Amino acid sequence: MNFNATLIGEMLSFAILIWFCVHFIWPHLNKAIEERQIKIADGLSAAERAHAELKSADVKVAAEIKLARQQATEIIDKAQQQANQIIDKARAEAVVEINRLKAVAQDDIANMAQRARDQLREHVGALAVQGASKIVQREIDPAAHKALLDQLAAEI
Amino acid sequence: MASEPQGGLTEYIQHHLTFLSSPHVSKNGFWTLHVDSITVSLVLGAMFSLWFWMKARKATAGVPGRGQAFVELVLEFVDGQVKDVFHGDRRVLGPLALTVFIWVFLMNAMDLLPVDLLPWITEKFGVGHFRAVPTADINMTFAMSLTVFVLIIFYSFKAKGFGGYMHEMFTAPFGKHPALWIPNFALNLVELLSKPVSLAMRLFGNMYAGELVFMLIAGLFSAGSWWLYGMGIIGYTVWGLFHILIISIQAFIFMVLTIVYISMAHDHH
Repeated sequence: MNFNATLIGEMLSFAILIWFCVHFIWPHLNKAIEERQIKIADGLSAAERAHAELKSADVKVAAEIKLARQQATEIIDKAQQQANQIIDKARAEAVVEINRLKAVAQDDIANMAQRARDQLREHVGALAVQGASKIVQREIDPAAHKALLDQLAAEI
Repeated sequence: MASEPQGGLTEYIQHHLTFLSSPHVSKNGFWTLHVDSITVSLVLGAMFSLWFWMKARKATAGVPGRGQAFVELVLEFVDGQVKDVFHGDRRVLGPLALTVFIWVFLMNAMDLLPVDLLPWITEKFGVGHFRAVPTADINMTFAMSLTVFVLIIFYSFKAKGFGGYMHEMFTAPFGKHPALWIPNFALNLVELLSKPVSLAMRLFGNMYAGELVFMLIAGLFSAGSWWLYGMGIIGYTVWGLFHILIISIQAFIFMVLTIVYISMAHDHH
């Protein structure tokens, strides 16, 4: 075990190696590692934030859907009400129309009956004149007995 | 056994335990250099620096590539170890621990190369001795532990000031009474000096012993019997697998103790 100048040479080279590592290796690698750590931490916190945002968005969406469903129900209800109203109105109008038509028809009927009665009355007058002339066997002056015949017809 | 086929096990091991020294003239003098230790450690140090530097230069905060992810994994592992022990500015201690960990690991890992591989290659180039594991060279381990020792002293002064550090050396752990100054100082001195010695000797001992065991097992290959040759293959494999654990643990221990010692230098008693 003889010590010699190798010792000094190796001490110097060791010192140089340490110096090199201190200045050119350690800071660069350490910087990269630390920057990556920050990046990873940022990424994780961003992911967490996104997760929270997603959760709140889900809640919001659920509320919106609930609201929309409620609104849809209201609209349907309203539409149904409106439809009912329209039907009611139409029914009322129809009833009015029916009544009107009925009245018109009744008037017509009454007119026609009156006309028929008048015609009948005229015919009855003529028939009565014919019958009476046959009975009397002679000609009766229709003009002289018109008043009598009219009275007769009116009595029928 | 490539280099000396007729030499026998003792000579084989002695040959493998001889450093490639320079200059050859003043062998074992102080100004001898172990060219093999220096070369291998420098190559591995350069490999580590360039590799991590390339990744560090291109490092982005985005999705990392495989290489960057691996380098960051190592860095965060080391940084975690530093953070557990030391609660101050990690801008120097962190890189120091990283350098220690990777460099020691790479140098230890040279032990996993076949024990004859690098000597065999260098012999082709006319170099007779070559020891591949720098951490099995006591100069290498002491070079690192003494550098750490210098840093311990430096940070002790930096954290407490010269006066504060001296005050601590003389009054802790027994007390302030003047009669206790000498015992305090003696104890602190032993504690201080034992740090680099234990740090260096532990790594050196483990690696040296590991290398020696590899050589002993490799000796079985030339023992002249097929049965021993098979035993050699099994033994080499098993010891190699076990050694993966040892080199990692030794690199880890060296790093953790470096962190602990330097963080202790920051502590006030």
